Amino acid sequence: MSTVTIGVNGEQRTVDVSPWKRLLDVLREDLRLTGTKEGCGEGECGACTVLLDGVPVNSCLVAAGQCDGRAVTTVEGLARRGSGGASLLHAVQRELVERGGAQCGICTPGIAVCAAHLCDTGALAGAGASDARARVRELLAGNICRCTGYQLIVDAVIAAAGSTEVAP
Amino acid sequence: MTAYVRPASLADAVALRAAHPDWTVIAGGTDLMVNATHRAEPVGIVDLWGCAELAGIVRDSDTIRIGAGTPWLDVLHHAEVRTHLPILAAAAREIGALQIQARGTIGGNIVTSSPVGDSLPVLLALDASLELVSPRGRRTVAYRDFCTGYRTTLLAADELVATVVVPVPDPATRLAWRKVGTRAAQSISKVMAAAAIHVDGGVIAWARFGLGAVAARPIRAAAAEAAAAGRAPDATTARAVAAALAGEITPISDVRSAADYRLEVAQSLVMRFVINAGRP
Repeated sequence: MSTVTIGVNGEQRTVDVSPWKRLLDVLREDLRLTGTKEGCGEGECGACTVLLDGVPVNSCLVAAGQCDGRAVTTVEGLARRGSGGASLLHAVQRELVERGGAQCGICTPGIAVCAAHLCDTGALAGAGASDARARVRELLAGNICRCTGYQLIVDAVIAAAGSTEVAP
Repeated sequence: MTAYVRPASLADAVALRAAHPDWTVIAGGTDLMVNATHRAEPVGIVDLWGCAELAGIVRDSDTIRIGAGTPWLDVLHHAEVRTHLPILAAAAREIGALQIQARGTIGGNIVTSSPVGDSLPVLLALDASLELVSPRGRRTVAYRDFCTGYRTTLLAADELVATVVVPVPDPATRLAWRKVGTRAAQSISKVMAAAAIHVDGGVIAWARFGLGAVAARPIRAAAAEAAAAGRAPDATTARAVAAALAGEITPISDVRSAADYRLEVAQSLVMRFVINAGRP
């Protein structure tokens, strides 16, 4: 076992785990942050996407030791506390809900984290409607959804990014 | 109990590697961590992620030097790579997707040495070389010689790949890259082909073809290259190149594709590269 300290959603958390343990399992088992889901365990599906030092990664492919001293954002960390302690969803979460961009929900946390990163880093800024759709599709290509057919997810991400134009 | 060390320098990393040849050397982990819960825990881990001496891209006078620990996202967005090595940028863009590109490194692709490693045919076509470092010193090997068989390489038990050195191609040299798979993102390739073709005075002066997923290792197609040299970049030459290629690749049938399909696609790709090299 080794002692690993990770900044998770802005809070320093220390766990005693094997350095080989997957970040995904540290989050779910040791920190009880079960919003992050395991899809494939092979880096194919993106369901377990979290931000590591601000960059989207598959948490099933990151060893716990590699996270020591680094910062992780999970889906639980996307919402903000508003006045009176109310939870304010990230724009991506709000749009996924409002536009039906989620069905069974297993892929949704990974998509929300990855899409929030795209919106927050301006990856879609300045793109026209069709270009924005192509960019969302490429940048979310590592997040597989077997329910929705992706259209409503893409709509939600574009809406969240601030573009009001949604191609038919 | 698994030991874990994050060396601060390349010298420290090499010393650890030499002292513990049985430890797992990891960077982004995109291959090593696949199904990690179903694998035996390593005795120890040398973590190269974030080792500054192993990351970054530098333009020298006539080469572009890429640290082995550079993730694909940095390769993909680097201005010199995009301008001078567009086929490497194109390959980087098709490796996995954003999450894999953020963690997977060029050195990891090289050392994992899968016959379907996405960047490897490109490194062959660009005639890249590798700088290997051990406590015994630094040596340079041509990438063409590095991969010796199915997932075997020249890397010694006390060595690390430090730098990938890519000659800057002549602007007149035509570069091409194509990955064929079930989809652009995530899927493992059925066939990959890369080419550098230099046409001078209406004649192919030389050609380099790198292919992946058609043999036990990524290969340079020497017979196809010889069939192209000294001839016009036209359909006749393309057919001769394709015929030569058939004699030097050994595609197999597996879960992803069939041997005869792989052969036909590989031939189609090199034919297209030859014909396109003759177009303005």
